[in-house]
Amino acid sequence: MTTNTSEIDEIKSTPWNGGRSPFNVEYGKMMMWFFLLSDAFTFSGLLIAYGALRFSSVSWPNPDEVFQSAPGIHGGAPLVFVGIMTFILIMSSVTMVLAVEAGHRKAKSEVSKWMIWTIIGGFAFLSCQAWEWTHLHHEGAWWGANPFLNKDGSVASTNFTNLFFTITGFHGFHVFSGVVLNIIIWINVLAGTYERRGHYDMIEKVGLYWHFVDLVWVFVFTFFYLV
Amino acid sequence: MSADQQNIAHHDEHGSMTKKKIWGVFWVLLGITAIEFFIALVLIPRGVLSHPVGNIIYIGLTLLKAFYIVAYFMHLKFEKLGLIYSIIVPLIFIIFFIVWMLYEGNFWMHIRL
Repeated sequence: MTTNTSEIDEIKSTPWNGGRSPFNVEYGKMMMWFFLLSDAFTFSGLLIAYGALRFSSVSWPNPDEVFQSAPGIHGGAPLVFVGIMTFILIMSSVTMVLAVEAGHRKAKSEVSKWMIWTIIGGFAFLSCQAWEWTHLHHEGAWWGANPFLNKDGSVASTNFTNLFFTITGFHGFHVFSGVVLNIIIWINVLAGTYERRGHYDMIEKVGLYWHFVDLVWVFVFTFFYLV
Repeated sequence: MSADQQNIAHHDEHGSMTKKKIWGVFWVLLGITAIEFFIALVLIPRGVLSHPVGNIIYIGLTLLKAFYIVAYFMHLKFEKLGLIYSIIVPLIFIIFFIVWMLYEGNFWMHIRL
């Protein structure tokens, strides 16, 4: 009888028999992962709609002609401005991991420093996007209005601009939310909330979100500006 | 319980990114982006690569960048296998949806022509 009981106890000590997290991560971090998975489905839905509409079109506007300006450069410079935007976002992802790394060492002032750089990167990206949207709007592009011709010279439908403003807008909204979250977390760092708590796990959670925003941009960049 | 705590401490020791590794990943991401620019601004305009071939390379490089961001910056590579699978396996639905909708889009174009 006693041997049987101990055998049952033996079986129940595996990670999947309850009583502890089989994933060995904190609850909030796991739920951030599942939120990001759902968000990945949302962005995929938007980008796949873009792909389906593009594949259903005989011709499509040429991104090198649409996106060929930057502040101070009036045309003839494809990819330059979006290159700067991509660089800013990758840089801010790096400063975010550096904040996480400093958090592991519980180095409060370093966490604060890298969070500030991440927030600055976020604002810089949003400013670039604001400039690009304004520039395209001045050229006559908006939801429901497409001044750009197709590659073959025919008049384009508004699919291109509708999808561009919807997808980059939705991404920009994510960046904006990320900046707000980063600021909240940064204030908590300054207030010493995580120092009292004994760990900087919140930096990791907000970091996951921030990297996801960078990840989405990698795909938006490829499908809107390169392909 | 103490074994559990030991396990978490052990996990952190091996999983955390050092500053050197972080900058290593940064240079990889920057390098891949530079290659994409080189293809778009030099190779395709000069006719070294055709547009369809360039597009396939862009998508391959994009997935590579996505791998580096998710595996190292988001730290997924160092999580438990169960968590890795529960995040990666559902993405099969996205691949299915891509194939389905691009095929469908192509079909619409042939109806229009």
